[in-house]
Amino acid sequence: MQHRITRTTHRHSRQLSFCASAVLIAGGLLTTLACLTGSGLAADISPAKITTANGMTVLVVEQHFLPIVEIHALIKAGSAQDPPDKAGLANLTASLLEEGTATRSSKQLAEQIDFVGGSLAVTAHEDFTTAAARVLKKDVDLGFTLLADILLHPAFPSQEFDRVRSQILGEIISDNDDPGHVAMKAFNHLVFHNHPYRWSVNGMEETLSKVTLADVQHFYAKEYLPNQVILAIVGDITVEQAAALVQAHFGTWKKGPTPARTAKKPGAIGKKAVQFIEKDLTQSTIVLGHGGISRTNQDFYAVTVMNHILGAGGFSSRLMDSIRDKQGLAYGIMSHYEARAMPGSFWVNLQTKTETTNQAISGVLAEIKAIREAPVTDQELAEAKSFLMGSFPLRLDSTAKLAQVVAQVEFFGLGFEYFAQYPAWIERVTKEDVQRVAKQYLNPQHYALVVVGNISKAKIRH
Amino acid sequence: MCLLAALLAFVEAAPSMAIEPHEHVLSNGMKVLLVEIPKAPVATVQVWYRVGSRNEVMGRAGLSHMLEHMMFKGTAKHPKGSFSRIIRKNGGIDNAFTGQDFTAYFENLAADRVELALELEADRMQGLVLDNNEFQTEREVVKEERRLRSEDDPQGALVEALFAQAFLSHPYHWPVIGWFADLDAMSLDDLQRHYDTFYSPNNATLIVVGDIKADALLPTIKDLFEPIPKGPSPSHTLSAEPEQRGERRIVLKREAQVSSVMIGFRVPNYSSDDAYALALLESALSDGKSSRLYQSLVYDQKNSLSVGAEYGLLQTDPGLFFFYSLVSPGAKVETVEDAMQREIAKLHTELLSDLELQRAKNQVEASRVFEQDSNFRHAMLLGQLESIGAGWHRIDQFLERIRAVTAKDIQRVAKRYLTHDNRTVAILVPLPSKQQNASSPLTYQGKP
Repeated sequence: MQHRITRTTHRHSRQLSFCASAVLIAGGLLTTLACLTGSGLAADISPAKITTANGMTVLVVEQHFLPIVEIHALIKAGSAQDPPDKAGLANLTASLLEEGTATRSSKQLAEQIDFVGGSLAVTAHEDFTTAAARVLKKDVDLGFTLLADILLHPAFPSQEFDRVRSQILGEIISDNDDPGHVAMKAFNHLVFHNHPYRWSVNGMEETLSKVTLADVQHFYAKEYLPNQVILAIVGDITVEQAAALVQAHFGTWKKGPTPARTAKKPGAIGKKAVQFIEKDLTQSTIVLGHGGISRTNQDFYAVTVMNHILGAGGFSSRLMDSIRDKQGLAYGIMSHYEARAMPGSFWVNLQTKTETTNQAISGVLAEIKAIREAPVTDQELAEAKSFLMGSFPLRLDSTAKLAQVVAQVEFFGLGFEYFAQYPAWIERVTKEDVQRVAKQYLNPQHYALVVVGNISKAKIRH
Repeated sequence: MCLLAALLAFVEAAPSMAIEPHEHVLSNGMKVLLVEIPKAPVATVQVWYRVGSRNEVMGRAGLSHMLEHMMFKGTAKHPKGSFSRIIRKNGGIDNAFTGQDFTAYFENLAADRVELALELEADRMQGLVLDNNEFQTEREVVKEERRLRSEDDPQGALVEALFAQAFLSHPYHWPVIGWFADLDAMSLDDLQRHYDTFYSPNNATLIVVGDIKADALLPTIKDLFEPIPKGPSPSHTLSAEPEQRGERRIVLKREAQVSSVMIGFRVPNYSSDDAYALALLESALSDGKSSRLYQSLVYDQKNSLSVGAEYGLLQTDPGLFFFYSLVSPGAKVETVEDAMQREIAKLHTELLSDLELQRAKNQVEASRVFEQDSNFRHAMLLGQLESIGAGWHRIDQFLERIRAVTAKDIQRVAKRYLTHDNRTVAILVPLPSKQQNASSPLTYQGKP
């Protein structure tokens, strides 16, 4: 909730924030962290896996270089489990965990973690929620104590419920001042019509207002179970120490029936859908795309390579080269293939001055068509693969990143051989595969287009 | 593997604090800092130049940042586009950032590819080719960046207004990204002059942090960088900012849903004895949910969506200590400003509790350890300390001095700097959308 305002300007901020917190962007999904080196650079990641008597999956990676421990819980419930008329429920429940337990008030929780300079953070996503404590080694017992307390004994005080819900409603309004946020919100509604992925994790004004304290208590009771939790522990701690701490702090948590999952796969759009949102701005924020693939789709790796060449590969991608470097139309442009538990979405986003809105949209569509119609060059393929394979260690170079990756590898059921097999899976992608998946998963006819900006002046022809 | 490590860990080591950099100064004056972190097989290479928006002149705001963009446009040896391509195909990520006091370039990559990044950085320290066509296109990119960060972002626009009002003659007056008119007025000659003046080894610091061996890497660095001749010693005299004599206020009106307020105070930087108390004050006010501003404005009074305080400790010249709030919908901006002023007044009259003081110290100390978990952030801290003239050695001294600060010290600096006459208040007044219904903007749906 606290945000820092800095006076530093980056050549491409998306990339810089990428470096600072790779796994956090794009909703913490695995698309952003998928690769392993082929050149013998792999960090030797082999988590120890323990299943506790109450069904919790515990993963431990020892790293003794710095006296830091990251305790990262992934709970298998997110906004995809919100009832449609109560969108925002999973996030509100998550947000209230830190706001009081049976024995600690909101302020006491904050004071205890802040006093040791640690952090405690709960974040809801679409497919899951994470609750993480980060402490110095000397405070590891406190880290476990507080994390277990908020997960096992949240009190959901009614005054905190009112306050936090108002706070989130305020944030939803405030988000309307961010054109990128407004555009993505509209885009998700077009692409995920009839599916829970259509609403933002924090919900909508009209649905969040309907959520009651009883809804939160019920959601918690149904979803927050030890057998629904993956606990990744990374840092200056041994497997034995971690196992003992888990038993001491989480051992009394009662397992329960696995909650039923009813959501079906999102359907395709089936036609072109357009939404233009008028705002008094100097730039048009453009989002163009459609439905995508799930993380377990067997074409995931070919799609990863294709998307890298098209627009995810930073300064060397086709979209960046065409729209930014050759035409000077945008500062940042990127394509995203966000793979989730259920099929996610594909989109390109950029901002360009009002006058060049049409030119930029045409440029994006031209690149989507081009990668479908002709094979990529040998050089493009080789460079994309070598980046994806070679950059893997960068995505695991801090305890926080590593804890998130390990938990998600388990969540998506990829198996820990993933760490060793990834380069082979990328390496075997061919030019033909890239063109095949471009034809299969990119659609330059049936797409959703959202533009936020000075619409009357932009005179959009698309 | 896990078992062996488990046995070793029972031998409790003293908590490792700062990992000392290996420091070398090359014959041409370039400082090199190498930090060995064998935790993961990766490294960050960063080249920091002591040039930023503070080294610009009126009418050319944004020149340093513009030059930073042009640094990716190629040299005689590595033509346009090849820099990033070479880094990418070796599994690395490259980028750059410009601030008021520095311009920095970095490559994050596998530790065994560090030499490649060094070779490319050495090449563009001297061999940049400035091409007019490339400049024309890139200027449009930078203008898009300005629209994104300032024109169309209410918070970005307000922080720009705050600095422009708080600094009248010092170059901290203008934004790093520059003004539109200045970007349009820039020429290739301006860029060339800026490059020739500031891009030399004696005005740069090279930092490598990661899974490297300093002894093995240093000869490579010498081979690559020592042939680059020493450049001019840039003059660092700048217009000083006169003392502020009375409150300044600025109001920014624009289409927005929520308002915000910022209150800035001119304060000394790292070089002052008061810096340590100011740094702790920043932490007590805004680090974590137990901090004063969060507890008071967000939690108790519920008039802010987010709040904070930010102190420009690591700046070459004295900067700002500023408070900010994103005002809750339904709350009045005046109420929030009053609440902030009350928090500030309280600092004048009441001492921080022992608990608050100790918490702030613990937070500052712990953050030094957490910072080392990321090679990138670790290198950034060293680069910033060197670029502002503080020197990296100051980290150790900093922690010692922090431990010695008392509640009375904090009260003293609050009384001295957080005063009515020294403050600049910036307020964002949201205008309703031009559309009839502000909360659900007019949309056109279907095929137009």
